[in-house]
Amino acid sequence: METKELQNIASQVRRDIVRMVAQVSSGHPGGSLGCTDFLTVLYFDSMKHTHSPFSMDGKGEDLFFLSNGHISPVWYSVLARAGYFPVSDLGTFRRLGSKLQGHPSTDKKLPGIRIASGSLGQGLSNAIGAAETKKLNGDDSFVFTLHGDGELQEGQIWEAAIYAAAKKIDKLIATIDYNGRQIDGDVDDVMSLGNLGAKFAAFGWIVYEMDGHNIDEIKETLTKVKAGAGQGKPSVIIMKTEMGKGVDFMEGTHKWHGSAPNAEQLASALAQLEETLGDY
Amino acid sequence: MIEFEIFGNKDTRSGFGEGLHELGKNNSEVVALCADLIGSLKMDAFVKDFPERFFQAGISEANMIGMAAGMTIGGKIPFTGTFAAFSTGRVYDQIRQSVAYSNKNVKICASHAGLTLGEDGATHQILEDIGMMKMLPNMTVVVPCDFNQTKQATLAIAEHEGPVYLRFGRPVMPIFIKPDAEFKIGKADVLIEGTDVTIVACGHLVWKSIEAAKVLEAQGVSVELINMHTIKPLDKETLLKSLAKTKCVVTAEEHMRAGGLGDSVAQVITTEYLVPQEYVAVNDSFGESGTPMELMTKYHIDSQDVVDACLKVIKRK
Repeated sequence: METKELQNIASQVRRDIVRMVAQVSSGHPGGSLGCTDFLTVLYFDSMKHTHSPFSMDGKGEDLFFLSNGHISPVWYSVLARAGYFPVSDLGTFRRLGSKLQGHPSTDKKLPGIRIASGSLGQGLSNAIGAAETKKLNGDDSFVFTLHGDGELQEGQIWEAAIYAAAKKIDKLIATIDYNGRQIDGDVDDVMSLGNLGAKFAAFGWIVYEMDGHNIDEIKETLTKVKAGAGQGKPSVIIMKTEMGKGVDFMEGTHKWHGSAPNAEQLASALAQLEETLGDY
Repeated sequence: MIEFEIFGNKDTRSGFGEGLHELGKNNSEVVALCADLIGSLKMDAFVKDFPERFFQAGISEANMIGMAAGMTIGGKIPFTGTFAAFSTGRVYDQIRQSVAYSNKNVKICASHAGLTLGEDGATHQILEDIGMMKMLPNMTVVVPCDFNQTKQATLAIAEHEGPVYLRFGRPVMPIFIKPDAEFKIGKADVLIEGTDVTIVACGHLVWKSIEAAKVLEAQGVSVELINMHTIKPLDKETLLKSLAKTKCVVTAEEHMRAGGLGDSVAQVITTEYLVPQEYVAVNDSFGESGTPMELMTKYHIDSQDVVDACLKVIKRK
């Protein structure tokens, strides 16, 4: 897909995100805005997938697992804009009875979601399992994951990282949202991850880096990573992002990790984000 | 005279191993995962004959459970194997989110449950697992009583769509369930019919309750024994039918009093049909090292404890 078109989608997704969290005064806009460009490229340019009909088993399709489930607004918006469910459903986010739960879940059968996430650190294991099943089924598709950088403090991530390298889960492509911030502050202050690239390399992964806000670079990197996969090693992309990207007062701080804008702040945010595809 | 044909002596974990091997032959979607305990879980035969469907997770139980949940996406039926302590408490959050809440078709197969793990001591003797697992929505909890029934249960849970916790153990015990007996999840077996007291037991306490019933019979007490192999969903119909006859109940299990089979039965009788109940279970205590039978005696989950509880509950009628 053309870069301009992807940028237009991303702009609309950012509008969706701030409107969704503002209308229920809760949710996680910071990380959602930071991962908007990546998820837009993933779903509209990179992944082989279909929404009609959505299949839980996803045979023959690339799969995506959101391990940091709290950035559900961006995933829901991208799924809706990609056709998985009506964009009008975005207006039900976090409301009683909605399929769009605060954190992604399968029990209300929202198309596009294959497993619950929210309690951190589990998505990489889930994705490895799905990749093992694809191998057994002779299905050569990719399995993608997205993780927060703070999430990597969970021990289960490193159990999974050892397994993926030891067992050659080489169609697995993990991406780290490396924004350097978590709820209590900067990751370096809370509990530094040290040299993250060196850590993954030492665990036996192929390590890539990219700017998570440059659409062309995301497209090129994903193409390169897919081309380099299948050689016996899992791949990880350390994606530099800005939490709150696209809304000036949300950038440069961890404070919008899990807080919603009020009416005035929403108006200010929307003034910075072009309505390209029509609001829900 | 209460008499049971005995088909030999074996551990329930071997019943799991045989069942899993049979599933390997008959159900190509079944896969197995283990966290470095193949021999203890008796998974050797499956590993040998179906290596491409076996996944060694190493000592990483959280990753194993998460992987098992992911493997269902694409149609596999994963059976995870490790000790009960590491199948539940250690990975509760993984089971809760990735398996139970996500309603994935994962079979959590847990060996060395309870005190009868023996000499390894309290770190490994989990007595809270039934409670933890039965509290999870979507989870089915099965605790078979002997080798044959564990094999039958292993086959049955593969046919059941949804998360299952299957609990079994280490010690060699008599086999008294017929090899061709029908096993139906959620349908209890009435092993002995009687009129004075109902014993509702699961796991190794079923054999202990048979021993108790023989002692009681000699004293002129008529026991009805229900093998409640499925803790969740509980077979209320069989339970209430029996209580209507005996008007009192003893529950017997190798588990903490809090949260186990006894509490599931208590919930039924307090809300639907009030009769006196006595518990045979471990009373708010960790275990310790010792032989399985020494531990059952010391922690009051032996046949004599079942006898005492029956005599006590009959007096309370």
